[in-house]
Amino acid sequence: MHRFGGRFKDNKPEADPVTLAQLKSGQSGTVVDIQGGHRMTDRLNALGIIPGKKITKASAMLMRGPVTIEVDRVEVAIGFGMASKVMVRPDRVP
Amino acid sequence: MTRILLMGNPNVGKSALFSRLTGVQAIVSNYPGTTINYTRGYMKLGEETAEVIDVPGTYTLEPTSEAEEIALRLLDSGDIVINVANAINLERNLYLTLQLLERGIPMVVALNLWDDTRHRGVDIDLEKLRGLLGVPVIPTVALTGEGVKELVENVPRAISPHRPPGTRDQRWANIGKIIEQVQRISHRHHTWRERLADASVNQVSGGLIALAALASSFFVIRFIGEGLINYVLDPLFNNLWAPVILKLSQLLGGGGFLHDIVVGKIAGGEINFLQSFGLLTSGLYVPLGVVLPYIVAFYLVLGILEDTGYLPRLAVLMDTILHRLGLHGYTIIPNLLGLGCNVPAILATRILESKRERFIAATLISIAVPCAALQAMIFGLVGARGLEYVAIVYGTLFAVWIILGIILNHTVKGFSPELLIEIPPYRLPPWRAVLQKLWLRTYSFLAEAIPIILGAILAVNILYILGVFNAIANFTAPVVTGLLGLPKEAVTALVIGFLRKDVALGMLAPLALTSGQLVVGSVVLAMLFPCVATFVVMLRELGVVNMLKAVGIMIVAALVTGGILNLIL
Ligand SMILES: Nc1nc2c(ncn2[C@@H]2O[C@H](COP(=O)(O)OP(=O)(O)OP(=O)(O)O)[C@@H](O)[C@H]2O)c(=O)[nH]1
Ligand SMILES: [Mg+2]
Repeated sequence: MHRFGGRFKDNKPEADPVTLAQLKSGQSGTVVDIQGGHRMTDRLNALGIIPGKKITKASAMLMRGPVTIEVDRVEVAIGFGMASKVMVRPDRVP
Repeated sequence: MTRILLMGNPNVGKSALFSRLTGVQAIVSNYPGTTINYTRGYMKLGEETAEVIDVPGTYTLEPTSEAEEIALRLLDSGDIVINVANAINLERNLYLTLQLLERGIPMVVALNLWDDTRHRGVDIDLEKLRGLLGVPVIPTVALTGEGVKELVENVPRAISPHRPPGTRDQRWANIGKIIEQVQRISHRHHTWRERLADASVNQVSGGLIALAALASSFFVIRFIGEGLINYVLDPLFNNLWAPVILKLSQLLGGGGFLHDIVVGKIAGGEINFLQSFGLLTSGLYVPLGVVLPYIVAFYLVLGILEDTGYLPRLAVLMDTILHRLGLHGYTIIPNLLGLGCNVPAILATRILESKRERFIAATLISIAVPCAALQAMIFGLVGARGLEYVAIVYGTLFAVWIILGIILNHTVKGFSPELLIEIPPYRLPPWRAVLQKLWLRTYSFLAEAIPIILGAILAVNILYILGVFNAIANFTAPVVTGLLGLPKEAVTALVIGFLRKDVALGMLAPLALTSGQLVVGSVVLAMLFPCVATFVVMLRELGVVNMLKAVGIMIVAALVTGGILNLIL
């Protein structure tokens, strides 16, 4: 991950990627990477969580509970540990 | 015979379509992982009859659970695949479609939930999709039967376009290209269902919704169950059946071996249907007069909960708590099913990914989750002493569920994976489907329980007459009387509990127990030994060694809990 600032594209700053667990509820972003084993990647892919996909975080439970997101019109619940391995670049807030 | 497989992602409507194609009823529910075994049916394919198999849902052909392994094994045995895909999120569904096409098995695609595409703003170019996949693609609505005729007409046209095998990334890249060409999404407004959907997985409002849903379920079940007993079944038994039995009792001479087996004990011209223990008295009253009303009430409410799509949301809310028990949120579904009957509940653990999770879930269900039949008897017998005693029974079982779960989580080796589930949209339960499912479950209760109940009552009578129970009672008296504080005859109930727990609890009725003793007896009976049907599935699903371990845990837990209750009460 870049330490300072963001990369620049179209002259607009892009936010640094955060994990899905860190993303705020209600915020949207684009999946950039899944930092897990083959099996976990397979399972997340199968539910539509693929690099390049737009997602919106719907909610998170307290105490490291699962994170729910919306991807392709479907809601998916992901355990906190797995959500910590999905990197998402938050959308720029206009 | 040609074998047709219905394959697709979980919760896309395979079972609903299966019922449409074959006329065979299968359980349809609005959550992924309903079907965990295969169901067989038949349909006309031109002149001949073809076999149709409803396969458990699977996301990929790399299995992650027992249910998905079953799906994969079935694939090798099929001649044609009907790939059922969800029209709302085609992209994700196409992964399995491509994997199946690479297998070279003749295929047609049923694009189900087609009715949802309109109000969800999804537009799919069917012609292009057919061209790109190289197989027939038929839009269907399994719920109403729309498109099913076209699907049947197209099954003989199933072909294999010989797609070369690819890697995961190649497949996703191909899918991206297909979607770009065939799918258009238009914007639309949020519906009330989606707002409710957001509210039910929010920590605070979700918690309140869960409490409200569970509390109202409980009251509705009790209201319907008691209503049926008080206004329908008790009047039927007391006013219509009792005179018949009294006549029969006279005909049989009012006593003796045959009389006692058929009619049971009748004191002073009054029949106590619960206590007389004859085949035609208790043998019919227990299943039909006490248990059936609660079975109907429970499965009606469960069916509605299942079909709305609420249960996966409950799974998300319960996840943190269930992790303490070595399980993840999804196991709330098998546990709830267990409140109906432990057998389908233990089968439902097939959707769990790890052996450890399955062992913990099955053990907890068989020990601490009382089935509807037992609960009905608890309400009937213990409830007669006051609802506070019923509350003690439930409270104890719940505490055992939690404490035993925590202990197992710390002692059982292996890993428990995390929750990862798709949450289906809320739907209004289709009332016809709800009633069909209710009938299916009620019927299977009647067909499976009545023969065993009659057998159990016959066994009780014969064992009494042979004096076997006396011998056992004397032998086990130290434990039963010393530890549990029950009269030594109560052991007969614990023995019969192995056959049917409802009959067994009925055997405590004539023992003149104090309320405290009745509570101890009910709790120990609920925990000790699974009934024979549960025993058989545990053996099959867990294997001999783990089943024996579970039974060991069961006996220790039941005696410890019973002993503690005896000291307190
Ligand atoms: N609106 C609509 N709902 C449907 C349709 N087909 C099925 N459903 C609903 O979708 C849910 C899932 O249906 P099932 O038949 O249980 O799905 P399945 O594919 O067998 O699911 P698993 O056994 O869990 O893999 C149920 O609530 C059905 O009532 C359809 O065409 N339109
Ligand atoms: Mg199914």
